[in-house]
Formats: sequence, C-alpha cells, structure tokens
Amino acid sequence: MKRILSLLLNGRRREDAVADDMLLIDYLRELTGLTGTKRGCDGGECGACTVLLDGEPVLACLTLAVRCEARRVETIESLGESGRMNRLQQAFHEKLGTQCGYCTQGMIMAGEALLRRNPNPSETEIREALSGNLCRCTGYVKIIESVQAAAGKAP
Amino acid sequence: MQVLTDFVLRHPASIAEAAELLAGPGARALAGGTDLIANMRHGLERPKMLVDLSAIAEMGALRWAGAGVTIGANVTIACLARDTRIIGELPAVAQAARSIAGPGHRSAATVGGNLCLDTRCVYYNQSEAWRRSNGYCLKRMGDVCHVAPQGKHCHAAYSGDLAPALLSLDAEVEIAMPRSTRRAPLAELYRDDGARHLNLERGEFVTAVHLPAPLPGTRMAYRKSRARGAIDFPLAGVAVALAASAGRIEFLRVALTGTNTRPLLVDGTREFSGQMIGGALLEKLGKLVQNQVSPMRTTVTASNYRRQVASALAQRLVKELGLAT
Ligand SMILES: Cc1cc2nc3c(=O)[nH]c(=O)nc-3n(C[C@H](O)[C@H](O)[C@H](O)COP(=O)(O)OP(=O)(O)OC[C@H]3O[C@@H](n4cnc5c(N)ncnc54)[C@H](O)[C@@H]3O)c2cc1C
Ligand code: SF4
Ligand code: FES
Ligand code: FES
Repeated sequence: MKRILSLLLNGRRREDAVADDMLLIDYLRELTGLTGTKRGCDGGECGACTVLLDGEPVLACLTLAVRCEARRVETIESLGESGRMNRLQQAFHEKLGTQCGYCTQGMIMAGEALLRRNPNPSETEIREALSGNLCRCTGYVKIIESVQAAAGKAP
Repeated sequence: MQVLTDFVLRHPASIAEAAELLAGPGARALAGGTDLIANMRHGLERPKMLVDLSAIAEMGALRWAGAGVTIGANVTIACLARDTRIIGELPAVAQAARSIAGPGHRSAATVGGNLCLDTRCVYYNQSEAWRRSNGYCLKRMGDVCHVAPQGKHCHAAYSGDLAPALLSLDAEVEIAMPRSTRRAPLAELYRDDGARHLNLERGEFVTAVHLPAPLPGTRMAYRKSRARGAIDFPLAGVAVALAASAGRIEFLRVALTGTNTRPLLVDGTREFSGQMIGGALLEKLGKLVQNQVSPMRTTVTASNYRRQVASALAQRLVKELGLAT
C-alpha cells in the first residue's frame, strides 16, 4: 500500500507517495535522488547508510521510510552551506579521514550527531560514537583525528 | 539483500488495538525493526502484516516508583543507556544497554524488541541463497538441524543483552493480550526451543518490564564476550547481582545469555549465602555455570570457548563486585 509521507528532509518539507515496504535508503537514493547516503552491507551491519532522524543516528537500510512521518531526516547533503563543507567535512578532508570515501558519509553523520550532543568529546567517546561504522581503508586513526580536529569548532 | 515482501503496515494507537491486530493471521509486532527488518531482508520472516507499536504512547515511558522502575517496551535502548538514574541505580541494565549493537541501532532499538529478538545461529542468519545451498534447516523450511543433525530440536542461541541483567534483578514483564493483560516473571517469557523461544500466544505482546527496588546493598554488573568490540552479539554474556559484607556473600544471582536457547538464571546460587569469596567459592561457581550452559555449534566460535568464557566472566564479576570496597 502507498501513503503520503510528509517529513522534513534536510530542512525542507516534502510530501511523497511511498509504499509501506519502502526502506528509507531507497526513498533517499531512488525517490529523492539524494545519493550521498551509501548502501554498504544493506543489512544493518556497516553504518554506511547512517542518517540522522530527529538528530539521532539511524541506519537507513533498516528503517521503513513511512516511519519518518512528521519527523526530521538529515543526510550528508544537508551539512555543507553555500557550497562550503562544514567543520567536520573540512576536518575529514584535511586530516585525511577519508580514502575510498565509501564509509565517509556514515562516519560524518555519526560524528555530527556526537558533536551536537557533546561538542568536546574524549577519544573514548568518539570511538564509541563511531563504533557502528566500519571502514575498510583508513585503519580508523585518521577518522578519529578528524573528529578531534572538528571538535570545539563552530559548525 | 532481498527487498521486503509485500505487507500491510498498521499503526495502532492503543495496546488494545494492537492486541486485536496481532491476533490476526500472519501479523507481527514491529518495534525498532533492527532485528525484524534485518531478518525480513534475509528472507527469514515473511509477515503479512506488521503492527508498528511505536505510536502507543503508554508503552514509551520510564516510570519510577521509589527505587523500582517500570520500563515501557517502546523505551529505546539509547534512552536506557543514557538515563542518569538507570546508570546510577541499575548500572547492570545501563551496561547491558550500552553493549547492544551500535549507536545507529540503539537509537531505534527498543526494550521490547530486545527481549523478544529472534534466536541466532550461523546456519540461520544467512542470505536466502546461502541457506538454500545448504538445504535450509529445521528452524525454517528445512528438516535437518546442521548443529545437531540427529535431533529434532533447534538450538539457535538467545543472544539479547538486556534479559540477563533484568533476570538477575527479578524483573517481571507485562504482557498484553486481546482484552486483558497479565504479569509474569521474565524467565517465564522464554522456553527452551530455538525455533519458538517465546511463551507468547497469538495476539500477546510485551508492554513493559517491571524492576523491583534492588535489595539493600545490591551491587550489579553485566559483561559480555564478543568477537569484536562493537556491533556484535554476545558469545556469552553474564549479569551478576550480589550483596556482600567483609568478603562474605549475602546473596548472589547470576544470569546468562548467548549460551542457550533462552536467557538463563543460574540455579543453585542460594547455597553461596554466608560463604567467603575466595578460590573455593569461585571454583564451585564456575562449575555451576559450566553445568547449566549448553552452547552448541551455533557460532563460528567454538562452543567450549563460550562455555569457559561464561564461567570465567561469572567468576570475575563475583570477585570484582564482592570484594569491591
Ligand atoms: C549488526 C547487528 C548487531 C546487533 N547486535 C546486538 C547485540 O549486541 N545485542 C543484542 O541484544 N542485540 C543486537 N542486535 C539485535 C537488535 O538490534 C536488538 O536486539 C534490538 O534491541 C531489537 O529491538 P528492536 O526494537 O529493533 O526489535 P524489532 O526488530 O522491532 O523486533 C524484534 C523481534 O521482537 C518482536 N517484538 C518487538 N517488540 C515486541 C513486543 N513489545 N512484544 C512482543 N514481541 C515484540 C518482533 O516481532 C521481532 O520478532 C543486533 C542487530 C544487528 C543488525
Ligand atoms: S540450531 Fe539447527 S535448526 Fe536451529 S537454526 Fe541452527 S541449524 Fe537451524
Ligand atoms: S548499508 Fe545500512 S548498515 Fe550497512
Ligand atoms: S575510506 Fe574506504 S571504507 Fe572508509
């Protein structure tokens, strides 16, 4: 069955006819064309599809799109402003927190959720906040350094 | 990964309405979906109707009554892990919650879903193609158990992290059914069958967990062993609640997960009351745990390792908590 899904996506109100069985990742990538959110494992294991739902990180591959009714969804596309990267994106760029880049958007969204709640996290807190995100390239050290570099800076 | 099969999604606003819907054929409760949607995407579940419990407001609260607490089934694992009173007064519950999956799961995952999550097995939690090429198994669509081929019993392991912490603290669950509710000790929610591990009839579902005020002087902890430090189910998880003074046990309760088809409250720990915490007691405790767990070849990690680790974790926690000053 389809129903009208009305939500706040990256700060803009949207309404779309969405099937009950459509996953948030498919809604984002196929219906709205926001392909920044990546499909990694597609089964809840890797964190590549992390987006923010009412400010909390969730996995778009395990979330039914219609469950976002009247809620706030944020994807990586919402972070930059006027074509400029935000503090966390800039830090990943400068500190080499990204290599192939596949995990990067998930890392940044998980890191973003952390920095909003806790602007000056300890290394342990950063590791814990990113513990659901797998990276096959960097060895994680540069990713943690990137979040540390962004911490304490204005968004 | 498989796309989801066609289902009807309903959003009841009350417990009574949800119970009516769940009494229908092929209906399934949907909470955070972090277990159910993943399993549906593996082709392990094909419900005709999903009954989304998230709109039922009365299931979403954490209510304290003195030092006891009622935790609604819709309370998320992230909320539980972050709640300052839970962290301060019921640390084992907060530790268990924090150890569940990853942050992206915990913000959606719920207490009810965690208590009811499906049992797991390395021959079961696989893609449709993987299972088909292996002739499926008893738990779903097949007629052989690859873990114990001579038997007709599924040994898939219960692997929820909250249950042992709650069991060690004498939790009760509130169960709704069409037109009424009942309350039962948490242990009675489970049965010894990996293919059907919950004592819930059609239309029944968990609405809340009640934890009584801990007995005076209770110290508690939960610890799990897993293949990697995050996003992983327990190979064995142990919760201990005890009171001790001057190195002597006053009472002791030990509960386990990951080792059997249901979470287990270790039987026989009453005998330890009055005994000194030392080598002899720990050795007896280790044996008690080893005798009651029955890890089978349901993970790639050897079952004997899981048996040993359950016993070692129990000993370690009793020592740490019992001798802490
Ligand atoms: C990669 C990964 C790692 C994980 N690691 C862990 C881990 O370390 N520890 C752990 O415990 N879990 C883990 N999980 C499983 C899962 O995320 C959690 O158990 C979670 O708490 C399940 O809750 P949920 O609300 O998402 O449940 P759902 O997926 O919504 O439901 C789970 C099951 O319970 C039933 N159900 C839900 N609510 C109720 C209710 N109120 N009454 C009756 N039945 C109900 C559903 O029908 C379904 O069968 C992991 C999952 C993934 C994908
Ligand atoms: S224990 Fe046996 S029947 Fe149960 S899931 Fe594993 S292989 Fe299948
Ligand atoms: S794609 Fe969603 S967790 Fe891997
Ligand atoms: S940068 Fe390649 S997976 Fe992380």
